[in-house]
Amino acid sequence: MVSCVSHTLVDARGLRCPLPVIRLAAAARGLPAGTVLTVLSTDPAAKLDVPAWCRMRGHEHVETREHRADGSAGGAGRAGEETSWNGWAVKVRLG
Amino acid sequence: MSHATPGAPGRVYLDNGGRAPWHPLARQAFEQALADGWADPRRLHAEGRRAARLLDGAREAVAAVLGARTEEVHFTPSHTASLQMAVASGAAARRRAGTAIVTSAVERAAVLHAAGHAAGAAGAGVPSPVQVDRLGRVDVDAMIGAVRAPGVALAALQHANGEVGTVQPVEAVHEAARAAGVPLLVDAGASVGHMVVPQTWDLLAADPADWGGPAGVGVLAVRQRVRTARVGPEDEDPWAPGGVSVPLAFAAAVALQAVEADRAVQEARRRALVERVRAEAARIPDVEVVGDPARRLPHVATFSFLYVDGEALVTELDRHGFSVGSGSACTASTLEPSHVLAAMGVLTHGNVRIALDRTTIADEIDRFCAVLPDAVAQVRKMLGVGGL
Repeated sequence: MVSCVSHTLVDARGLRCPLPVIRLAAAARGLPAGTVLTVLSTDPAAKLDVPAWCRMRGHEHVETREHRADGSAGGAGRAGEETSWNGWAVKVRLG
Repeated sequence: MSHATPGAPGRVYLDNGGRAPWHPLARQAFEQALADGWADPRRLHAEGRRAARLLDGAREAVAAVLGARTEEVHFTPSHTASLQMAVASGAAARRRAGTAIVTSAVERAAVLHAAGHAAGAAGAGVPSPVQVDRLGRVDVDAMIGAVRAPGVALAALQHANGEVGTVQPVEAVHEAARAAGVPLLVDAGASVGHMVVPQTWDLLAADPADWGGPAGVGVLAVRQRVRTARVGPEDEDPWAPGGVSVPLAFAAAVALQAVEADRAVQEARRRALVERVRAEAARIPDVEVVGDPARRLPHVATFSFLYVDGEALVTELDRHGFSVGSGSACTASTLEPSHVLAAMGVLTHGNVRIALDRTTIADEIDRFCAVLPDAVAQVRKMLGVGGL
């Protein structure tokens, strides 16, 4: 599920807990410290559990941005990325 | 009449929070009260008076345990109803003093919803609850500061959290609330019958179904000095519109007396078992053992396992004969994780919660501790998370 645009983007939209954290951990495996990853999720548990994963595994939770389909709380969207989804983009830096 | 714990042979029921098996004496009391107290206690004839005597006796017995006066104790339709009415009624009576309702973020949903509703009805903004730390302890300075602020109608702080076991500093918050003239509602639904409950409250809700009494009846104690307003339908009994079930109330009171009689022994025994479970769970890789390790309920243990599906773990433990609860989103009808786990900032997936009954024995806990690591490993294997 790693996006072809960037290897640091993990698309876990549509997946339920604990899969977003598992996909993130799988993507992080073998990457050097300091690497920044962003996981996209539509599951409300992920915005809680990704920071918990960081704490348990010695990574840094950088930020969580809410993504709204109507763009009202946007910021997670990037150029060329579809915008019709509600969820969260959680950014982490590997420790 | 059988006094055996319900459930199939060989099964171990560890989901006793809020709904424990009836204490054997509660069953006897219920039978007796069905025979003697079936009538409406509000009627004036001999049958009604007999039912009223049983009900008065039940109130007196509960009052003695709570450190209240008999006339301060009311039976309600349920614990949820107690909390909802306490917030609505307490807030409505103080409308002139203010509209804000101070709560902690880990109060039961019934308290948080009632507080939001009462504030909305009074034209106030949605209240933002006082935050808790990672152990689930309320920020006591923030709570005291919020209680002292102008315009506060009511404050609510639970004695102990039934999901994670953490005990809250109700004494300190009550002292500040009293000084500010703000009534404090204490939700003691998870602690009454299990540990000593402080008498520092203005309104207190307790849950018979949690201490080995029947469901379908709740307890709400209101100090005489506290003003309340009628919020329900017009009825002779504002706390139980339509009347209290005397057999249920009587059974609840007898159960409470029974569990109080050897509470200290049961508390120490179950505390030792819970410490054992927490220590054993902590040895499993990638786990968060949740809640305050010291100031906690004696019979509740909670943990979250990384890379584990809570629903799958509950099912796997069920397959091994153990009934447990969970606060994970996938086990909730709402698909939202427990607001308590969320407020604490702990891992919400892979969550398991156990609550020991008085009938839970050490051998059952030994067997649970033996099965848990394999059950977690099995779920992780199904999810293919080896090496993460």
